[in-house]
Amino acid sequence: MLEKVKLIAKSVRQYKKYAIWTPILMIIEALMECAMPFVMSMLIDTITQAVTVTAAHPYNEIHEFSGIFKTLTYSNATLNLKLDVTIFGIIIALIVMALISLSAGFIGGRTAAKASVGLQTNLREDIYKKIQTFSFANIDKFHTSSLITRLTTDVNQVGMAFQMMIRIVVRAPLMIIFSAVMAFIAGGWMAVIFILLIPVIGLGLWFVGRQAFRIFTKVFKRYDALNESVQENVSGIRVVKSYVREDYEKQKFTNASNSLTGGFIKAEKLVALTDPLLNTTIHISNILVISIGTYAIYRGSIDNSFWIKLTVGQMSSLITYGIQILVSILMISMILVMMLMSVECVRRISEVLNEEPSIKNPENPLYEVKNGDIVFDNVNFKYKETAQKCALSNINLNIKSGEFVGILGSTGSGKTSLVNLISRLYDVTEGRVLVGDRDVREYDIPTLRKSVSVVLQKNVLFSGTIASNLKWGKEDATVEEMEKACEIAQALEIVKGKKDGLNSKVEQGGANFSGGQKQRLCIARAIVGSPKILVLDDSTSAVDTKTDKLIRKGLKDQLPNITKIVIAQRISSIEDADKIIVLDDGEISAIGKHSELLKTSKIYKEVYETQNRVGGAK
Amino acid sequence: MPPMRIREHKKAKKGTLTRLLKELFKRYPVRLGFAIFLILFNVFANLSSSMFLNFITVCLSTALSMPGGAQNPFTGSYQISAMGMTLNTNVSTLLIILASIYAFGVFAAWWWRRTMAVITHEYLNELRIQMFTHLQDLPIKYFDTHPHGEIMSLFTNDIDTIRQFISGALPTFIQATSAIILVLVVMMMNSIWMTIVTLVCSLLMVLSTVVFGGRAARFFVKQQIQVAKVEGNIEESMNGLKVIKSFSHEEKSELQFKDLNDELCTYSTNANIAGNVTGPVNMNIGNFMYILTATVGFLMLVIPGFNNLTLSGWSALDINNAANVSTFWGVVLSFLLMSRMFSNNMNNFSQQVTFIVMGMAGASRCFDLIDEKPEVDEGYVTLVHAKKDENGNIVETNERTRLYAWKHPHGDGSLTYTELKGDILLDHVDFSYDGHRLVLEDVDIYAHPGQQIALVGATGAGKTTITNLINRFYPLADGKVRYDGININKIKKDDLRRSLGIVLQDVNLFTGTVLENIRYGRLDATDEECYEAAKIANAYDFIMRLPEGFNTVLSGDGSNLSQGQRQLISIARAAVADAPVMILDEATSSIDTRTEKLVQQGMDQIMKGRTVFVIAHRLSTIQNANAIMVLDHGKIIERGDHASLIKQKGYYYQLYTGAFELE
Repeated sequence: MLEKVKLIAKSVRQYKKYAIWTPILMIIEALMECAMPFVMSMLIDTITQAVTVTAAHPYNEIHEFSGIFKTLTYSNATLNLKLDVTIFGIIIALIVMALISLSAGFIGGRTAAKASVGLQTNLREDIYKKIQTFSFANIDKFHTSSLITRLTTDVNQVGMAFQMMIRIVVRAPLMIIFSAVMAFIAGGWMAVIFILLIPVIGLGLWFVGRQAFRIFTKVFKRYDALNESVQENVSGIRVVKSYVREDYEKQKFTNASNSLTGGFIKAEKLVALTDPLLNTTIHISNILVISIGTYAIYRGSIDNSFWIKLTVGQMSSLITYGIQILVSILMISMILVMMLMSVECVRRISEVLNEEPSIKNPENPLYEVKNGDIVFDNVNFKYKETAQKCALSNINLNIKSGEFVGILGSTGSGKTSLVNLISRLYDVTEGRVLVGDRDVREYDIPTLRKSVSVVLQKNVLFSGTIASNLKWGKEDATVEEMEKACEIAQALEIVKGKKDGLNSKVEQGGANFSGGQKQRLCIARAIVGSPKILVLDDSTSAVDTKTDKLIRKGLKDQLPNITKIVIAQRISSIEDADKIIVLDDGEISAIGKHSELLKTSKIYKEVYETQNRVGGAK
Repeated sequence: MPPMRIREHKKAKKGTLTRLLKELFKRYPVRLGFAIFLILFNVFANLSSSMFLNFITVCLSTALSMPGGAQNPFTGSYQISAMGMTLNTNVSTLLIILASIYAFGVFAAWWWRRTMAVITHEYLNELRIQMFTHLQDLPIKYFDTHPHGEIMSLFTNDIDTIRQFISGALPTFIQATSAIILVLVVMMMNSIWMTIVTLVCSLLMVLSTVVFGGRAARFFVKQQIQVAKVEGNIEESMNGLKVIKSFSHEEKSELQFKDLNDELCTYSTNANIAGNVTGPVNMNIGNFMYILTATVGFLMLVIPGFNNLTLSGWSALDINNAANVSTFWGVVLSFLLMSRMFSNNMNNFSQQVTFIVMGMAGASRCFDLIDEKPEVDEGYVTLVHAKKDENGNIVETNERTRLYAWKHPHGDGSLTYTELKGDILLDHVDFSYDGHRLVLEDVDIYAHPGQQIALVGATGAGKTTITNLINRFYPLADGKVRYDGININKIKKDDLRRSLGIVLQDVNLFTGTVLENIRYGRLDATDEECYEAAKIANAYDFIMRLPEGFNTVLSGDGSNLSQGQRQLISIARAAVADAPVMILDEATSSIDTRTEKLVQQGMDQIMKGRTVFVIAHRLSTIQNANAIMVLDHGKIIERGDHASLIKQKGYYYQLYTGAFELE
């Protein structure tokens, strides 16, 4: 818990002063709010007393009687009440108090907003920055969707809870204390009524809250499932319509939604109890205060023998304080729920912030990659230290600059793992990977990754323009360079086909491009920066055979010095490679040219036959 | 595909409020009416309970200042006048009345909250179901043109704003408005001068609400737009995190994010500030109002010759008469109470403004969905199970005979039955998604029963579009499609689609068990039939190896399966549907070679004996097709079987032997 508080305190940073000022201002506001009814009752009492006396003695007399602060003098000869300064003094005091309360509330509202929004902004920035330092291993540990939740929902929740906390968490208990003190001042022992009622309302709210919370937790899970099913339905709408399952889907949804509604109603009915519960308590307290108070005032007026001394004005302010105390209890219980809900969010956020990036830049790194030679020297690789099985074992490879290497193997055979080691997206578990004759762990990471350009299997474009995406590869790429890269990647026709050419808009995630178009643009992006090594991890799967061929031809002819490593499912994509590596179960099963492998590798031959429908495949 | 429309953050359409209220009243006239009655009763109880509290103090003071010394306020009878009323009573009576008012008030409050909660969730349920139901009937074009995130947002965010509106803002609005009116009337009956004070102050409150509330609303809208941008950026960069890492693009992503995030900070701070300060400002205007009212009341007593002015004449006392002084002061005291109530309600009122605006925007978007035009279907030819009688004529039957017939009602009331054979003809078909650019131009295709037709061509050549026209996902621009000689526009869409089995390029599975997913193809299929279909599709073996076999629960679009396994299930789904015509859209995404072999065998199996359209990405798949259509930019440029196309040495030949040609 302390850690969580520390984390929040640290993240408030430049907004700390606002976070500190807010509760102080709120205390001032609370003080005024408590004192004002007291002073107001003084005003009312003073005037009431004067009026009562005047009414009782309608003669040309001068009366003196004790007001609260000072003696007042009235002459009511012509009902011309001459006033002592006291009443106006009280009025001015009240105005000043209201002004103080107003300023405190006004400024406090501003500081609270600044502090909590600032906290949210900082948290988002911190998490985002932290995630940027993550290695692939770290990323795998958290899932994309969970990272998104932490950056959005969790941060918002924490910000909201924080704002409520600094505004109310100090204020509400203080209100209770102030009000209780004032109640004791005004009503003496009668204030005990409120103290006795606090546990009643507290218990009631706790019971309602707990029950409702339980139901809500369950219902919200089902609600999420329902919304997920809408998502499934929307993205699978062609399946739904093709199989004419509209009615089935409607029925399914209706049932789910109906059963959900029952739960919601049950919980909301409970929640509907809170307000009446609070009001009942307030009403009970009012009735008690009035009954006892009236009796006390009456007894006090005849013989002073009763053990409570009270005036009418004091009784009115007692009622006010009672309401303030009980309402504050409700506030506190609301905050407790809110904090309870956000503790989990803070935990999830701190999990990200405390994660150690597993790959870091070395000290005194190398800033130049000499050439595109790649050597795998007895490499073993596991995704997790604890994993039983190696994802790659005993890998020895020697690839020369400019070679075209194909990699083939079934799912899980370790193709992607192998190429990811080259640009140090993961670190080897044992052995070493050399690029340009140096261990990849000696290079400055950005330098290495600029030289080893990887087109990942799951590749995406980012919102912006085609040009802004291509410039990822090289910041100051000229139009010619970009067009050249597009030409090689067979993406020039996509660019030319758009009205704005390179400046055409790319929607979020490249949604306005087809799969094949995206892949081609991603390849172009990877070659703009003229890397020394280019890795295509199944990057042309959505591209038709002809274009696929053209891309490979372009790479070969136009970029002869780049080492090209191509992972493919189609043999046709790699059959003209200088070297084809067949992976099986994390090990190299065969290396050779197409013609050699057809003779030596059973796996290779089988795949070839399946894809070309020769032999037994038919 | 037609271009996507980006969600606009527009204001609610006019008339949304009336429509929403009408809907609510139409559905729950009694309960909603009763709830509103209870709300009004609750307001009345609240006001009168404060009035009685005031009576008690007045009664107490009267008892204490009786000529001849203080009397017991609980017993006896004292004449009091306050709030323009004069009654003879004592504190005990008043307490009992107060307690009863409290009791009724609390009960009314509890009951309307309950009722509103029930109404809210019942309405949301109905609205949700109505929206979803309507969504199912919308044409595919709607889904093409609306980002899925936006559709989802209707079911989550927008529904939620409506919830806040019905269960929160609406009752509070009714409560506050009625209380304000009621208090105002009573106030005017007591003293017009002091009412003017109240009104001037409330004008200030309205002003502050407009200024701060309006500011809050403006920044709130900006904040929402910025939130969408920031969350879009987050989603994008988290999904592309590995790409960012592999390009060492971290710093630039951070900068980009920081800019968006800082901008959000500004808007969000301003929205929050405006929201936060409205409360204290209005509360303190209320305090000033209280002080001012007390002062004015007092000054009216002090300034000679000043007369109270009332609407009712009740309290038009001659306050220059000493006997009336304390009565008038009583009026002032009750007035103070009312001005407090007035300002509290004004405050409540102003707090609802944002929720009302948001709720209306949400409702407006939900109504937009409901108003969206559903897929039109003027088809009247239906598909029926059939059998042949002894004369070889086709007759309708309820049995599942695997023989189908088109039931064709004619204008003269007669019926004809045409056997479903699977003869499909595309006759000079043109098509355009946007009404301008033709995606298909003059396409002719004949598929005779039992034939396999392969569609080949580059991405975007129009292969998938053709199949989308056959099952009437989109309307033709020109030309005709005939199915067993019947124009498909005459066939009911549902029946047309039921006759077509489809394996789509992108596999979509639904949350549920494997068995349920397979049965999706035909809901009345028995377990055995599903197992059989899985065997045909080559999916049986791997399904049996899953932890729970056919009862394994799939979630998140079958994310726990490999791409190839998902395809096998979708083939099994098509197999269980057992439709006479098949459309197979080969997956482009790569699957590992061993599974691919299984997929191909599965596809081969379900092609047997059916008319099949295959959209091929691997030429190896289609060498046995009866006819291959080579498409380029929406036109058929070559047609024939494999051997004849190879002989033609045209585009297909180039594709097939591409490697050698290009080398």
